Amino acid sequence: MIQYRGVTKIFGHGPELIPAVKDITFDIKPGELAVFLGPSGCGKTTLLRLTNRLLSLTSGEIEINSQDIMAWNPVKLRQSMGYSIQEIGLFPNKTIYGNIAVVPRLMGWDESRIKERVDELLSILGLEPDIFKDRYPVELSGGQQQRIGVARSLAADPDILLMDEPFGAIDPINRERIQDEFLSIQSKLKKTIAFVTHDIHEAIKLGDRIAIFQDGRLIQYDTPETILACPANQFISDFVGTDRAIKTLGLYRAQEAMSEKPDIIIQGAMRGLEALNRFDHKDLADMIVIHDSKPIGYVDIQALGNKGSEVKDSVLAFPVLINLNDTLRDVVSHMLMHDFKQFPVIDDNGDLAGVISHDDIRKCILKIFNDCKNRTGQ
Amino acid sequence: MNSAIRNIYRLIIIVFLLACVILTVRSGLIEYLSDPNEILYTIRLVGQHVNMVIVSMAIATTLGLSIGIIFTRPRLKRFSGIIMYIVGLGQTVPSLAVIAIAMSFLGIGFKAAVFALFTYSILPIARNTIAGIRSVPPWIIDAAKGMGMPGLQILFQVEIPNAMKVILTGFRVALVINIGTAALAFLIGAGGLGEHIFTGIDLMRSDKLLAGAIPTALLALLADYMCELLGLIIIPRGLRLTQGVR
Amino acid sequence: MNIIAFIMDNAERCWSLTLDHISIVSFSIFLAGLIGIPTGIIISHNKKTAQKVINIANIFMTIPSIALFGLMLPLLAIAGYGLGKVPAIIALVLYSQLPIIRNTYVGIRNIPPELVEAATGLGMDRWTRLKEIEIPLAMPVIIAGLRNAAVMNIGIAAIAAYIGAGGLGVFIQQGIARAYEDMILAGAILVALLAILIDCGMSLLEKILTPKGIRITGDLGV
Repeated sequence: MIQYRGVTKIFGHGPELIPAVKDITFDIKPGELAVFLGPSGCGKTTLLRLTNRLLSLTSGEIEINSQDIMAWNPVKLRQSMGYSIQEIGLFPNKTIYGNIAVVPRLMGWDESRIKERVDELLSILGLEPDIFKDRYPVELSGGQQQRIGVARSLAADPDILLMDEPFGAIDPINRERIQDEFLSIQSKLKKTIAFVTHDIHEAIKLGDRIAIFQDGRLIQYDTPETILACPANQFISDFVGTDRAIKTLGLYRAQEAMSEKPDIIIQGAMRGLEALNRFDHKDLADMIVIHDSKPIGYVDIQALGNKGSEVKDSVLAFPVLINLNDTLRDVVSHMLMHDFKQFPVIDDNGDLAGVISHDDIRKCILKIFNDCKNRTGQ
Repeated sequence: MNSAIRNIYRLIIIVFLLACVILTVRSGLIEYLSDPNEILYTIRLVGQHVNMVIVSMAIATTLGLSIGIIFTRPRLKRFSGIIMYIVGLGQTVPSLAVIAIAMSFLGIGFKAAVFALFTYSILPIARNTIAGIRSVPPWIIDAAKGMGMPGLQILFQVEIPNAMKVILTGFRVALVINIGTAALAFLIGAGGLGEHIFTGIDLMRSDKLLAGAIPTALLALLADYMCELLGLIIIPRGLRLTQGVR
Repeated sequence: MNIIAFIMDNAERCWSLTLDHISIVSFSIFLAGLIGIPTGIIISHNKKTAQKVINIANIFMTIPSIALFGLMLPLLAIAGYGLGKVPAIIALVLYSQLPIIRNTYVGIRNIPPELVEAATGLGMDRWTRLKEIEIPLAMPVIIAGLRNAAVMNIGIAAIAAYIGAGGLGVFIQQGIARAYEDMILAGAILVALLAILIDCGMSLLEKILTPKGIRITGDLGV
């Protein structure tokens, strides 16, 4: 939807030329959240502001849906895109309603439609319309102001959003919450978003794809998983951090690393003697006992006291049950806290879906990294 | 396009200045001033004028600064707002009214004029002293106290220097207004360049008018400029650099 | 010293001179604002031009008002407007330029840049931005400038009585000429009261015209 072709921007004239953006070419697909990431001065904000013509191109083209942005009237172009900045920039002399209504009014919507839209947006963002509509920005907290800033950029229902560190001015605790809300809104609205940040965590969390810039050049444009698994060069490798394997853990779920391991799963109705035999034959340390497909506990050789009774009477409790959708990061955290080897993984019904161990995770991550290397030859 | 505008601008100024010079000559000012008696007389008027200004400013500055300092001391600080309000109110009173009221209480002559001028000039000085000292960031004073600076030292080494820019502005405003109001002092018998101006109006004589108006204007502009120079000397460079316009 | 008696005996004259005075000042402030506020807006974009323009306005204000009258009279006498209300109004308009232009300039420049950025980024053109954001936010400072100018003008208009402009200064002028103390004081007190009244009145106007969103904290919330 947004196509950058050889985009270059050089500031200054005469002897003092400052190239900010150098020959950038890539596409942002419709409905995609593309993060522009990089250190200060890498050109990410410049590229964003070239997109809505707040800055003028030195050379190259930017196309929106295959139409050159230079063919548009710049004011109309900006009205058709949402724009959100770090300082938020709510107009203090206008009410919240007035702030959100800015672009719809510029576009000539009639007032009843605007009123509906404002109510709708405030509700989506979790702010009670009747309370907030007539308040002034100065009466709101930082987090609330931030949400209104986002609402304002969504007001005219643009297809494209340009966001320049929109969550930068918020304290870290609220920032996480707002990021989560933002992700959930985006999953419903599916806007095409160009999102500038310098925070690698934010980029990984929010981005469908991340464009990493250095000194005005685009170094890599890939999914977060790919960037973490095979960074294009040392700079990116350093930028994402030496703990990128651990960061990768946050991107995958227990479901993807677990395995079946039928050997160590036994029915609760099994007799103790049979279980003991199994221990000997298969050389196991402990086994997971299930009853009606739900894991109820585990047994080891000591626990099987009465050989005659059913196994389900001698189970020991699991330290924790892992859910299919838990991130591998959380799983590793549990693993580090409990002296336990084979963790049961359950689905939302509580039924056993698989078993996960240190080794499973290790193998999973290695595979991801190796696949990536093989695929990209890095 | 900018340079074209600049050139038109320069042209307009040159034409304007030329027109002024021509008119001045036409008004007979040169002939008037070629009379040595008149020049001496004019110089005497300038002397009277400057005399009034200096005396009233000296008193106004001393008292104004003192009031300003006194009402920013911890014990009296809470009155500083009221004082500023009263002083502000006083500043709105037209200068001619102040002169007229001074005359009715003190009669005519030098004393009455100086009193009126002093009353009028003390206001901006006191007001700006208070405002200037109040605007010194409290954490700077805190740092000074924390270092163990005695109160008097804090006043002279921290508060006043940091407030100097604002105080000097108050002084400048007071001085310029003073020079202007001193021109009215003629009306209550204190002499000064106002004599030429008002006589000129009465007699419809442009030469006398200009003989009074031009020196007065020059005096005011000179005083303004000297205050700026004073600022460059007194105010440490670190405090002089501010954004914004005068 | 029976000022009150004087005022009551000459009530009609007091009233007409006061109206005279007010009309001269209002008209000049109106004209001065018409010239000064757009000028202030235009120069807010260029710091260098702004400096020059404000310097010129400053010169006019530094020159004592009576001297300015003295300088203007020979000039205007040629056109036949030497005495009376016309030179007075011209001087008043020139005098008012500094506070009005400077305050407008400062008011607009003090608007946080991110508000301008947000406005442009959302798709406002220059006029809309001025109308919706910049002028409302600069309004309190602009009105303060007008207030400043108005109070100054009341004082200068009193002096303008000496060049035949009428107004309350006439009482002072004639009072001094006739050594009529009550007249002098009546003039002085009336014009002083007028100045204080206008000052308070315009302060109120300042508060009323401050956009509500700023009034609450008194700053631009940034």
